[in-house]
Amino acid sequence: MCLPLFFLIAGLIVYPFFYSIYLSMLNRDMTRFIGLFNYNYLLRSDTFHLVIFQSCLFAITSVFLKAGIGFIMAHVMHNITTKDQRIWRGLLLLPWVIPPALSTLGFWWMVSGNYSAINWILTQLGLHPIAWLANTWSARLWVILVNVWFGTPFFMIMYLATLKSVPEQLYEAAAIDGATWVQRIRYVSLPMMRNIISISVLFSLIVTFANFDIVQIMTAGAPANTTHVFATYAFQVGIGSGNIPMGAAVSLFIFPILAIFAVFILRGVGRRTREAV
Amino acid sequence: MSTTVMTADTVPARRRRRPSMKRERRWALWGSYIALFIAAIGFLIPPYFQLITSLKTSQEIGSGKDPWFARHPYFGNFVGIIENRQFQRFFFNSVEMTLIVVAVTLVIAVLAAYALSRMRFFGSQTFATGVFLTYLVPESLLFIPLFKVLSFLHLINTVWALALVWPTLSVPFCTWIMIGYFSSIPKELDEAAMIDGASHLQMLWKIFIPVAMPGIIAATIFAFTACWGDFLYPLAFEFTSNRMVLTAGIVSTLIHGDVLDWGHIMAANVLASAPPVIIYAFLMDYYVAGLTAGATKG
Repeated sequence: MCLPLFFLIAGLIVYPFFYSIYLSMLNRDMTRFIGLFNYNYLLRSDTFHLVIFQSCLFAITSVFLKAGIGFIMAHVMHNITTKDQRIWRGLLLLPWVIPPALSTLGFWWMVSGNYSAINWILTQLGLHPIAWLANTWSARLWVILVNVWFGTPFFMIMYLATLKSVPEQLYEAAAIDGATWVQRIRYVSLPMMRNIISISVLFSLIVTFANFDIVQIMTAGAPANTTHVFATYAFQVGIGSGNIPMGAAVSLFIFPILAIFAVFILRGVGRRTREAV
Repeated sequence: MSTTVMTADTVPARRRRRPSMKRERRWALWGSYIALFIAAIGFLIPPYFQLITSLKTSQEIGSGKDPWFARHPYFGNFVGIIENRQFQRFFFNSVEMTLIVVAVTLVIAVLAAYALSRMRFFGSQTFATGVFLTYLVPESLLFIPLFKVLSFLHLINTVWALALVWPTLSVPFCTWIMIGYFSSIPKELDEAAMIDGASHLQMLWKIFIPVAMPGIIAATIFAFTACWGDFLYPLAFEFTSNRMVLTAGIVSTLIHGDVLDWGHIMAANVLASAPPVIIYAFLMDYYVAGLTAGATKG
């Protein structure tokens, strides 16, 4: 009964993965084996240094903001009545439901060009319009903002579900002992949620490192390759310019990050299931 | 956002001379509603903006006047996009491919989850962990080798390319949550069925699937949204516009097309986002259950 699943995983995930390692060691025409030349070339190229930097900046900043805002909002949601929670949760989860490619397109139209809707607000306030996506740092800011907008609801829901499983007595005991709001979070919520926080953050780091849609649609790497992340650069090199081995090498740079975090996630998931038993 | 929460809720901390749990609760409640209200505005502005743009004529959009309100809602964009041949094609492709993949996913995932949760065989534990690991492998690591694999199979730029690769997005996670649901079914149920002489398939069909229906619905929703919203695979594996699905089609073809303006594109966006949003509106609880069943992508 596991055979279909086994073939799917072996044929379309495991085999392509190893095939990709082999591909990345071929020359551009895929006729000759050239060892680690592609990796060597990438690590020496200035563009790829930018890609590494931007991938790290993009992933770490976005995940930090997503988890932070999600954590705060989960607590805020936890304060209100259960009936209202349903309505607010319904509204706030919406960014997560809309396909990210489509909502990113909406964002793009909202900020691109001098006559964009955001610039209209700036003009009304008497400020100068800004070419958001034409400047390196403002483009980076928007790419991160879109990712935070899309991913925060997920963290909120995860943390809200975890908060509900924390026994209410703990908070009551803390309140009786005169603990402030901050102390209650620091000494009750955080220790109780530690495992799920680490799992969700590691998970999100993997996915955000590998993000494609948002960057591709928002900037496609512009201006001057400063907003490229691994996935979009791999797409540009591999499919766009047709240098498949080099593209494979770029995308394989995601793998070490994946491998390290996967080990920690597995440990966390294992601990979680043991606690549940 | 965070500052609002802090100020609203640290107020009682400063008035510690006369501590009152009731007053503290009330402040926390009001602070929470204010924070939620601000968050809701932030989260809902982009979809709202798309909707507003889709309700404007191209003259209105081009005039540079007030992009945030539609004083005279205009539905011509929706009529135009629904009558657009390309858009119809994209929509049909999306529906067809997603339905096929969801069906395939459910069959593979339910069968495998049943075996992994009930039959102990050599390596079953390792295999279950392996399924979870494959779920962690992102599509952006696989699209280049898959491109080669699909060209080898002569499937590039055919609708079957997506039918073949999309299950890699949906099956591992669906199997994982189904294992969870099946494991929570008490062993006594299948023992009773076994005594009555039920075969494995009968047990699966008459006991496991009905009992684990919430899990199956959650898995269906997950598979649907994962495929419907996927952008990278269609963009990488389909070139001609009559094979495109909605996400890649709207972004690559409609924008580069000559006649279409942003009112049309946003109308297309709204219509393409509608199916997942409608499903979500009706099945929110299952959706959330699926989300929190295991860490989903975020």
